[in-house]
Amino acid sequence: MTTLEAVSRTAAGPRIGESAPRPDGVPKVTGSFAFSSDLHNDRMLWGGTLRSPHAAARIRGIDVGPALALAGVHAVLTHEDVPGSPTYGLIHRDQPVLASDVVRYEGEPVVVVAADHPDMVRRALAVIEVDWEPTEPLVDPELAADATPIHPDGNVIRRVHLRHGDQTVADRQDLVSVEGTYEVGMQDQAFLGPESGLAVPDGDGGVDLYVATQWLHEDRDQVAACLGLPDDKVRLTLAGVGGAFGAREDLSLHVHLCLLALRTGRPVKMSYGREESFHGHVHRHPARMHYRHLATTEGDLVRVEARLLLDGGAYASSSSAVISNATCFAVGPYRVPSVEVEGVVVRTDNPPCGAMRGFGAVQTCFAHEAQMDRLAVALGMDPVDLRLRNALEPGDRLPTGQVITGTLPVAEVLRACAGHPSAAVGPDDPMARPGGAGRTADIDDVVRGEAVAVGFKNLMFSEGFDDSSSARCVLHRGVATITCACAEVGQGFVTLVHQIVGEVLGVDEVVLAPVATTSIGSAGSTSASRQTWMSGGAVQMACESVRRELLARVAAANDVSVHDLVLVDGRIFSLPGGGSGDDYLSIDLSLDEVTAEPVEADVVHRHAPTLPLDADGQGDAHVSFSVSAHRAIVDVDPDLGLVKVVELTTAQDVGRVLHPLQVLGQLEGGAAQGLGLAVMEEVQVTDGRIRNASFTDYLIPTALDMPPVEIAALIEQPEPGAPFGAKGIGEPPAISSTAAVAGALRDATGLDLPRVPVRPDDICLASGSALDEAD
Amino acid sequence: MTTSEDFSLVVNGSHRSVVDALPGESLLFVLRERLGLIGSKNACEEGECGSCTVRLDGETVCSCLVLAAAAADREVVTIEGLTSEEAVLSDVQQAFLDAGAVQCGFCTPGLLMAVDALLDADDEPDELTVREAISGNLCRCTGYGRILDAVDRAASARRSQVTP
Repeated sequence: MTTLEAVSRTAAGPRIGESAPRPDGVPKVTGSFAFSSDLHNDRMLWGGTLRSPHAAARIRGIDVGPALALAGVHAVLTHEDVPGSPTYGLIHRDQPVLASDVVRYEGEPVVVVAADHPDMVRRALAVIEVDWEPTEPLVDPELAADATPIHPDGNVIRRVHLRHGDQTVADRQDLVSVEGTYEVGMQDQAFLGPESGLAVPDGDGGVDLYVATQWLHEDRDQVAACLGLPDDKVRLTLAGVGGAFGAREDLSLHVHLCLLALRTGRPVKMSYGREESFHGHVHRHPARMHYRHLATTEGDLVRVEARLLLDGGAYASSSSAVISNATCFAVGPYRVPSVEVEGVVVRTDNPPCGAMRGFGAVQTCFAHEAQMDRLAVALGMDPVDLRLRNALEPGDRLPTGQVITGTLPVAEVLRACAGHPSAAVGPDDPMARPGGAGRTADIDDVVRGEAVAVGFKNLMFSEGFDDSSSARCVLHRGVATITCACAEVGQGFVTLVHQIVGEVLGVDEVVLAPVATTSIGSAGSTSASRQTWMSGGAVQMACESVRRELLARVAAANDVSVHDLVLVDGRIFSLPGGGSGDDYLSIDLSLDEVTAEPVEADVVHRHAPTLPLDADGQGDAHVSFSVSAHRAIVDVDPDLGLVKVVELTTAQDVGRVLHPLQVLGQLEGGAAQGLGLAVMEEVQVTDGRIRNASFTDYLIPTALDMPPVEIAALIEQPEPGAPFGAKGIGEPPAISSTAAVAGALRDATGLDLPRVPVRPDDICLASGSALDEAD
Repeated sequence: MTTSEDFSLVVNGSHRSVVDALPGESLLFVLRERLGLIGSKNACEEGECGSCTVRLDGETVCSCLVLAAAAADREVVTIEGLTSEEAVLSDVQQAFLDAGAVQCGFCTPGLLMAVDALLDADDEPDELTVREAISGNLCRCTGYGRILDAVDRAASARRSQVTP
């Protein structure tokens, strides 16, 4: 072989851009994949948690004696048994491991128990006597800021005041103005794999915790602090994760399990039931939002004013970052010269809220898109044309003053989505009508509506956070072992690792080392659509470093220049004309041969630094952005208030498609969660108490609720600075989908529908609707 | 605590004795915690999500709603028994992988059991039939699109097997 054709690709292994098989696929379809609730140890005890039945109460005393007296009960622990920091938290450590003198939400953990059997745990929890003095819960977020503080840190978790551009235009009289107040209910992540884990004491004062999480190292830091142990005494290993969507970014049972294991000297397993899970993790923030849009009669946005109030619930979690996001992205992906947004997140006695897919941008997208539709009506303009006229472009400024230096194809996703032909058929089959299997909607009563919405958010952490991911690549005898603490939660990072190693090193034999705090530094959180960029980038860097060292090693051994060597599909060749000077490939070595001595690289990957927001909410606080659009077509029976989403169409800014099937899976799955928020999903809270903590009463979309998702376009504009040019894709599908469905319901009914989820009575009991007037 | 009388289950064709169980233990609990068959999942344990779906005398049931002792001496087939030979995937399992229907995988075993039962009864189901048949199995990751594609693939694979 004498030409470069000899070194063209021949291997069949996974590469970037291909739908490679999931390395965890076979165990997941055969049932052998071990999720955190599947862990077992022959000596293990079962743990359980006594939670507050009150949204607010003082604790006058706790008598654990009756529980300790039961046979089979090995430990009953209270706040007095927490040896280290009594509180934990993701950003502010304000949440008690176990409540001491007060509880601030229904479901707050008070006592933990370890026993031989789950039934014994339940009996023990039932006989613990807590002397409660219930107090009036603070449940209205509107009153929280001025109410008596319910926590030493106060009731305002964070207030962000963003002012951009000329504020005097607020008084101009020549502009078209639309105003509205919007609400978003509390959504649950509803991952299927319950909170669960196994803690194993090491007999030497330390503990190993196997747990499902999004961010192993952050958990380790918080757990170690609460246990009063040095970091190396607390070792976390990722157990199989049954979905996350933000709800596993905070601790749940982590510290409790370790306390019980260290006290009993036995392994302890804990697994929440579904009701407990609803109380055991944070939710998406409910929001109340007031907006005023000002535009010229031609349809150019001049100013947007917004007041955002998010209910953070009892503890801070990531609320301070969520309100920052909500504020920064409050006006949507539009060019607006003058902006004022006041974003406030407050503390109440409602369930704590924190991260969920979309992270603050979901709530504001619902509001800003409702406003854009309203503005289009006021202007007599087509709603898509109005959006296109004001669409942000690279080079424009965000309301934070930051100039968009990367890609942001707002107009492209809008055009693709709005222009995509619909495949929706009429509601002839009763099963496909609103009400579905109930078969209650008469075909003559069904009205159809359609709307388009667009939304965007930041990728990666913001506001100066020093974000990084670590990875190690060891290439030995032709096998690449990758170590990275990135939490695989279902998204397919493990697949991507194989593709990256294949792409950079041409190696198809890839081993993923166990994900543990002892094996490598932090990968950061599997959140903020950041792991493809951050940990994918770390793996790419590590592989490229190995590649350079390998070529240098071969060059030195053969006395040629590295520039005359190429690595293709697991072999190293000398280039024709290089090295020996003739046209023959004088060097042709397998990686197996040249890595008899391992080649290793350890790297830390960082994105470009960001800055905090200043007092006016201005600053280059974000790394990158991604935009998506959805079009929804809905059928409604207005008399019954029943709804059927008939079709969702989407176009998304993805940078570059790394794995077509996994992209599709994220777009479809995110759209389903957005549909859920639009028409069915709400944690219903009355006087601080959750009324629907079950899958009987908290409804998530089934296969009958979910329509086909048509992909109008995946816009591939490589993002500068991103590995392979790819953007994170997980969150945008959950942002604009809710707004599109709500818009289509307005189009069908003529109602304002200022709140999601839209409930049947919001439609059938609405007064003064356009339909009533038409009657 | 009183334990129930010892009993035996017929799981995936094998007799398995259950000793010292408490009377209230569900079939799901016994499969997972006493017999080590972790493939049946515990997403809700209240009969709403389908992640614990098994076949009991051929019928699909939520194993969380069946008392283990009530299943004594009846035929139980779990995800671990979906194929007769290890290391060989069934048509439905292969279709789920090929279609990209697996993300976190927690709903997957229950869905595989439901789809397998559907195709046993009807190997050419139309889309609404499929949607209805799997509407008792919640999935939070996929939005069902790839799962529906997997059912199509599995149905055509099964038809090609039974048609000479």
